[in-house]
This record gives sequence, structure tokens and C-alpha cells, in this order.
Amino acid sequence: MSAAGPSIVIAPAELSAIEPVVGRRRRPREAKERGAISAADRKRPIVMVSMWIIQVAMFVGLLVAGLGPIAWSARASVSSSQDIISDPMGIWTAPPRWGNIEQAWNGALIGSSLGNTVIVALGSTVTTLFVSATAAYLLSVLRPRWSALLSGAILATLFLPGVISLVPLYLTILHMPVLNVSLLNTFWGVWLPAGASAFNVIVLKRFFDSIPRELIEAARIDGASAMRVFTTVVIPLSRPILGVVTLLTIIASWKDYLWPMLVLAAPSLQPVSVTLANLPNGSMPFAVQMAAVFLTIIIPVALFVVFQRQFLRGVSSAGGLKG
Amino acid sequence: MSRTIDLDVAPVRARRRRRSIVDWYRSGGLTAVLFAVPVVLIFLYFSWGPVVRGVLMSVEKTNLIGPALWVGLNNFTYVLTDPGLPQAALNTAYYALLGLVFGFPVPILIAVFVNELRRYGWMYNLLAYLPAVVPPVAGILLWKFFYDPSSGGIFNGILGWFGLGPLPWLNSEAMAMPSLVLYTTWAGAGATAIIYLAAIGGISPELYEAAEIDGAGIWSRLWHVTIPQLRNVIFIMMLLQLIGTFQLFTEPFLFTGGGPNNATQTIMLKIYNYAFVNGDYGAATALSVLLALFLCVLSVVYHFITKRWSPS
Repeated sequence: MSAAGPSIVIAPAELSAIEPVVGRRRRPREAKERGAISAADRKRPIVMVSMWIIQVAMFVGLLVAGLGPIAWSARASVSSSQDIISDPMGIWTAPPRWGNIEQAWNGALIGSSLGNTVIVALGSTVTTLFVSATAAYLLSVLRPRWSALLSGAILATLFLPGVISLVPLYLTILHMPVLNVSLLNTFWGVWLPAGASAFNVIVLKRFFDSIPRELIEAARIDGASAMRVFTTVVIPLSRPILGVVTLLTIIASWKDYLWPMLVLAAPSLQPVSVTLANLPNGSMPFAVQMAAVFLTIIIPVALFVVFQRQFLRGVSSAGGLKG
Repeated sequence: MSRTIDLDVAPVRARRRRRSIVDWYRSGGLTAVLFAVPVVLIFLYFSWGPVVRGVLMSVEKTNLIGPALWVGLNNFTYVLTDPGLPQAALNTAYYALLGLVFGFPVPILIAVFVNELRRYGWMYNLLAYLPAVVPPVAGILLWKFFYDPSSGGIFNGILGWFGLGPLPWLNSEAMAMPSLVLYTTWAGAGATAIIYLAAIGGISPELYEAAEIDGAGIWSRLWHVTIPQLRNVIFIMMLLQLIGTFQLFTEPFLFTGGGPNNATQTIMLKIYNYAFVNGDYGAATALSVLLALFLCVLSVVYHFITKRWSPS
């Protein structure tokens, strides 16, 4: 791999975790292997006691750090501004005020900006999947003579820090060269740049490389066109990795703040991250701001808790691809 | 393609060209071009184009209306002589250092610990990952309130139970940056721990067994087996964290706006202010180019240093 920047190496453990689903039965779940502490160690009293203490301490620490802020924001979302500001730790027993939620959803436009966030995330995902899957298919399967040049040019952008193109990218959106249109205050201004991700192209290309060539050859001999091989062989086999790319794109666009703030300047188009950041400058009571914060937090948290198994597997395999 | 030694060259060449276009089409040349269109267009507009344009703009003066003027290195000298630059650079480096010293080990510790659990490991994972799914803007607004410097603030209230504080948090020059690091560690540790956990899962148990037979205790097994086995992941995560922290924007922008008294002014905030507050795109791109160059040099140097430390 090149010298500069993060290199894309798939760790062996991850390779077996994500592989083309070619009529292969899922491997039986292995029993958990030992870590640094052996079974014999675990029987020693001192290890048992200290493990127990560390376990409880870690649990309390993670509970306070992980759940604490979310729980507090849940309670603050239905408290009065007066109570939150005068005694923030005492709001647990304060009388609930359910009106905050409704006021945040409609009055502070959190409901409609959550809708915008969903539009941004879905559109970015579609662009990313379309661009990186077609590019990966080109570089991995079709491989024209000039594919080395193209893949070099894509790879090179991986090693350039994003900061270098922030300002010129904004000016490009402001006035698209050749097309002479402005994407400012359109969702295209967020959707299209999301597709220019070298990381996703390379991840997908690596995955397509691991699809057995016999399958593709067989389809070609049966008379399938390159397009048909793409849609009926390669894409169905790649569902796991396409899922990971989708997950990463949705997370990234859900979290993004600077870019939508610049491109989607009109309040009616702003995703929830931008609307939320502007709330303290507005006239909304503090309790309504807290309700807005809670509404923004609870949707991804609820989705995460429901799909945690798939979520953590996807994210950790993506980490393996990144690391 | 076979070579022909024909004397009347012209018709042969024409025939050959016709055939080569047909060949090109039959061998899927047109399909390949069709598949290349989306990626080439998107990268031209949103990746390659802006990078080239950024480098060009750093040596030009433009107001977006008239034609751009070549100004040579003027933008660079303007940026480098900006009296605020040394402070911003030092702040950014300070943030990166604090992040490495205090933030970096946290996910490793969580991952090593969770890996030793035989039951309920998923619960620890779930709790540690929760902050990572909180959208950054919501997390920052929440923490900004937690950091209330009065003795009634949440963090100061908790410190008060132990007879500590109250601390000024974001209001003091000395504590503002550590407060940002505390927040980013909270927000990022769980997500990074998952990556380490996957890497730890790939360590072969035989290594631990061999170490145990040789008489190594639990701590020395962790120190001499787990950490060296994670070395490559640690190196890459460290570089990614460095690159990320040098481009820090959202946290100082929303927490402090660069204050108090420029104590959290970072390079990225300066770029933002040049471009979107002052409208000086030349200065903004010049500073971007400098930061990008610095990060590239950092990556290369880092690569060679870590390569020397690696066994092979």
C-alpha cells in the first residue's frame, strides 16, 4: 500500500466474517475462545474477586457515561425550563410537562427537519451505492485497459485530507462548472458529493474481487450481458458488504453538520443537526431546546438498540476494512 | 493482433480500424465506458476538481465575480503572518496531544476488558457504544449544559458530592481544551473500542497459552501478548485519530466558537472564518493546502517510524 494515509487492509478475521454468500451455509457459532485470562486463572479467588470488582466498576461507569446523559435528556425534555436550570439533578421528581415535546416537534421544526435528515441520508446512500458499485464492478470485473489509471486516480484521493477541498467544493456547489447551475439549497448539493468516496469504491472492489470468477464466467457463457451479470450475479452476492456501506453512509450523513449547514441554508431544507444547532439562537424556551435534543437522540438510539447485533457486526467489520 | 506486411497500407489500416472499433464494442468497451460515467463525473465534480481548484485558488485572488488574479504566494504570506495563526496551530497540536494521552487509551482498555468477559459482554458493548449513536450536535448541546460553570451545573454538582470543584470548564482558557477532549473521548471511545474488540478477537489463543506455560501472569500476558498483537491496529487508529483531530471543527465551533480568548481556536475554525465569515477564499484555501501538506508529511513520517518498530 501507499506510504501516506490509512491503508486498507482486510484482517483475516474480517475476511471470513464478510464474504460472498455463495450458497454457503452459515458456519456454526464457535464457542468463545479464551482471552488473556485462562480457565484456571478464573478459579483463583483473587482473580475472581478483582474481576468482579472491575466488572461492577466498569458497569457502573459505562451505565453513567453511556445511559446517563440520554436518560437525563429524556427527563429534561418533559420538565420546565425553570426546574432544569435551577436544579438540573433534581428534575427527576419535578412534575412532568408533556407539552415540550409537541412544541419542539412542531414549533421548533424538529419534526420536519428529522424528515429532511431522512431524505439526506437516503439520497446520499443511493448515490454512494450507485457510484461505488458501478465503479467497483468496472475496476474488478470489466477491467478495461484504462482501469489501472482510473483506480489510481480514485485511490489517490484517499490520501488527501478532506480539508483541502472544503472551500472549492462549496464554490463548485455554488456554481457547477459546465452545467452552470447552482446546487445551493437543493438536496443534490448533499447527495452528489456523498458519492465521491474512494473508501467505499475500494471496499466494494475488494469484495467483488473475492467473488469466484467461475460464477461470472458461467453467466457470460449463458449469454448474460455485462449489465445483467452486474444486476443478477454480482449485486445479489454482495448484499453483506452493500449493507455495511449503507450503514456507514447513513451514520455519516446523520452526523454531518458542517456541510449541510453550508449547502442547505434555507430553514425548510435543513437536516436536524443544523436546526438543532441554531435553536439556542432562537426564542424557544430552554426546556423546548432540551426536548428537541432528546427527539434527535432517541431515534438513532432506539434504532441502535433494536438492531444492535447487526449494527455492531457491520461497524466492526467496517473497522476491519479500515484498519 | 497479427502483423501484416502488406504494401498498400491505406485500405488495410481503414479495415483494421473498423474492425478494432467493432472488436472494442464486442469486448465490452462501450459497457465499460457506461459503467465509468457515474464515478468519473462524480469524482471530477466533487473530488478531483475541487482538489485541483483548491491548489489553484491558493495562489489567486478572487471575489467570484471578476476573473481571478494570480497573486503568487501572497495568500500564503498573508496566512502565515496572521497573528492568530501560532495560537491556532498550538491549540490544534495541544488538542491532538491531549487526545492521544488521555483519549486514545480509553477504547483499548474497554476492548481488552470486554474481551475477558464470559457473559454479558454484549451489555457492556451496548452501553459503551451508545454515545457514538448520539448525533454530535445533540451531544454537544447537552454537554454544553452539563459544563455549566456555576456550582449548580451538572458536572459541578456531581463533583460537589465528592467535595470537589466547582470547575470553570469551558469558561476558562486553561480548561476549555481539556473539556473538549473529555467530550470527544466520551463520544468516540465506544465506536473505536468495537474496532479494537474485533482485532483482539483475532488474536490466537495459543499465544496466551504459551505465555501462561512460560509462567507469565495476567498483566504480563496483556502487556506482552495482547498489546504487541494489536500493534498494527493501534498504529493505524493513532494516525486516523491524529488526522481527525487536526481537522477538528464541529466541537470548538459549537461549544466555544473558538473562545474564551481564542483558547479553542483551531486551524479548521480559522479556515472556516477566512472563507465563510471574511469571504477571503484565497486565504482559506492557502491555509487548507498548508494543513493538507502537513497531514501528508505527518502520514509519511509516521509510516516510516512505525515501520521501523514493526518486526517485519
